[in-house]
Amino acid sequence: MIDTLRLSAKQANDLLESGDASSDEIFAAYRAAIDERDDELHCFLHVSDDAPGEGIPIAHKDVVSTKGIPTTAGSKILEGYRPVFDATVAERCASRGLRVIGKTNMDEFAMGSSTENSAYGPTRNPWDPDRVPGGSSGGSAAAVAAGLTPWALGSDTGGSIKQPAALCGVVGLRPTYGTVSRSGIVAFASSLDQIGPIAKTVADCAFLYSVIAGRDPNDTTTVELPDAIEIPLAEDLNGLRIGIPKELNEAEGIEPGVSEAVNAAIELCRELGAEVGETTLPRSVEYGLPCYYLIAPSEASSNLARYDGVRYGLRVTDGDVREQYMRTRDAGFGEEPKRRIMLGTYALSAGYYDAYYGQAQKVRTIIRDEFRAALAQFDILVSPTTPTVAFPLGAKTEDPLAMYLCDVLAIPPNMAGLPGLSIPCGLSEGLPVGFQLIGPQFSENVLFRAGHALERALEFDYVPERLR
Amino acid sequence: MAISRDEVLHVARLARLALSDDEVDRLGAQLNAILEAVGKVSELDLADVEPTAHPLDLVNVWADDEPQESLSVEDALANAPDREAGFFRVPPA
Repeated sequence: MIDTLRLSAKQANDLLESGDASSDEIFAAYRAAIDERDDELHCFLHVSDDAPGEGIPIAHKDVVSTKGIPTTAGSKILEGYRPVFDATVAERCASRGLRVIGKTNMDEFAMGSSTENSAYGPTRNPWDPDRVPGGSSGGSAAAVAAGLTPWALGSDTGGSIKQPAALCGVVGLRPTYGTVSRSGIVAFASSLDQIGPIAKTVADCAFLYSVIAGRDPNDTTTVELPDAIEIPLAEDLNGLRIGIPKELNEAEGIEPGVSEAVNAAIELCRELGAEVGETTLPRSVEYGLPCYYLIAPSEASSNLARYDGVRYGLRVTDGDVREQYMRTRDAGFGEEPKRRIMLGTYALSAGYYDAYYGQAQKVRTIIRDEFRAALAQFDILVSPTTPTVAFPLGAKTEDPLAMYLCDVLAIPPNMAGLPGLSIPCGLSEGLPVGFQLIGPQFSENVLFRAGHALERALEFDYVPERLR
Repeated sequence: MAISRDEVLHVARLARLALSDDEVDRLGAQLNAILEAVGKVSELDLADVEPTAHPLDLVNVWADDEPQESLSVEDALANAPDREAGFFRVPPA
């Protein structure tokens, strides 16, 4: 009996290598878990009955183009779309024998923090099905937590890997900008979008990151990694300098239970040998969210111009071609993409560009410089990943600004292109709390080492209590 | 600064979105609330600060000009809502 709830990707792969289970048996075990639990959770938009490869399964967020397999980005405007090529990341996973068990649910075009913006209905949190899994990679995070896949790819523009990983009690890495190819990824905000791994352990994330990272000639924003990725083994944090940015740890709206779990994890870092000190990011937290909500919608309004009913996806014909564009886009986009397209178009339009988009790009420079200064004194910075634990479905759907605040702690390092790792550090009210580790560009190995040592010491049980 | 109903309609036209009257009203109100929040960036005096468009310092990434395999016409048209003789077919402009 293969216990997919308990099994890490490494352990699944060990079963395969030792000959204790075949690739087909492992695939069948995860497939059975999907049949058993996904009616309730709705992590998947598409499930494969079989898939090529001789390794263990993987699930891809539905922004990842998969040749011949439906790819919708959670939108009606791409209903029925079947890519004619694989994204580079999908190709790299396939080249390592990983078998695509399905495509995971997400907020439409990765715009959201709860997966409730999916045009195909919400995903539920495996810890409490009345609560959201976070978003926009909520399907990937929930599927890993519920043992429906050993690991998954997500995408993170303003927290969409780190935040759902935190809310589902799993590990998620938003990589350094430029280290993972976006060729074949449905674009949202190109100066921010990154693909990254979600898994049960830091070591699994490190391995999957090593599979997908590195320069891709098809994405000119990618670079070669300066160092090979090491699977972390460290058991202590001796000599590591950890900074606690005051503003990221004392932001308004952080629940007491979240602070408590994070502070306990920081104490544990000290016991493991880290040197812990306070630091400050005076403007990055206060201005990070407004900066993001100008830059990301502006880039989205441009990226989403391609959905016009001409080459693929939905077409609603009514009159001339201009009318077709307008009807197709009105019928195909849900509320959140429309809101962001409108916001972005406005922020880029004549007369407003300097005050909004131009000013936001300057704020971005300030944020980058503040992180650079803090990371000159410390190796990594830590904070809660999210202000709250998973919230009930429907709690924030009527108030876009309240939903946007879910990412107030995840966004600032993203604006600076920095990598961030979220690991579960405990429970508050019976729900997982995420611990965010931020490092300089290309510091993934440091984050993995620190995350792994802390994960060992924390002994967090990643199997949701109600499923044990 | 508040965005008027006419401006909402103007932006919707720029974005090629045929919004219903209900959507114009709802989105208009939401956009005003969001703009008030994000307008916070204008509090900062950043006259001397250079903008950041992109977090990496990459400039002019070149590739050799070598022909490579590309999508076949059949693949390129595989998802077309309407097609004719190897082309995407659209209503008259």
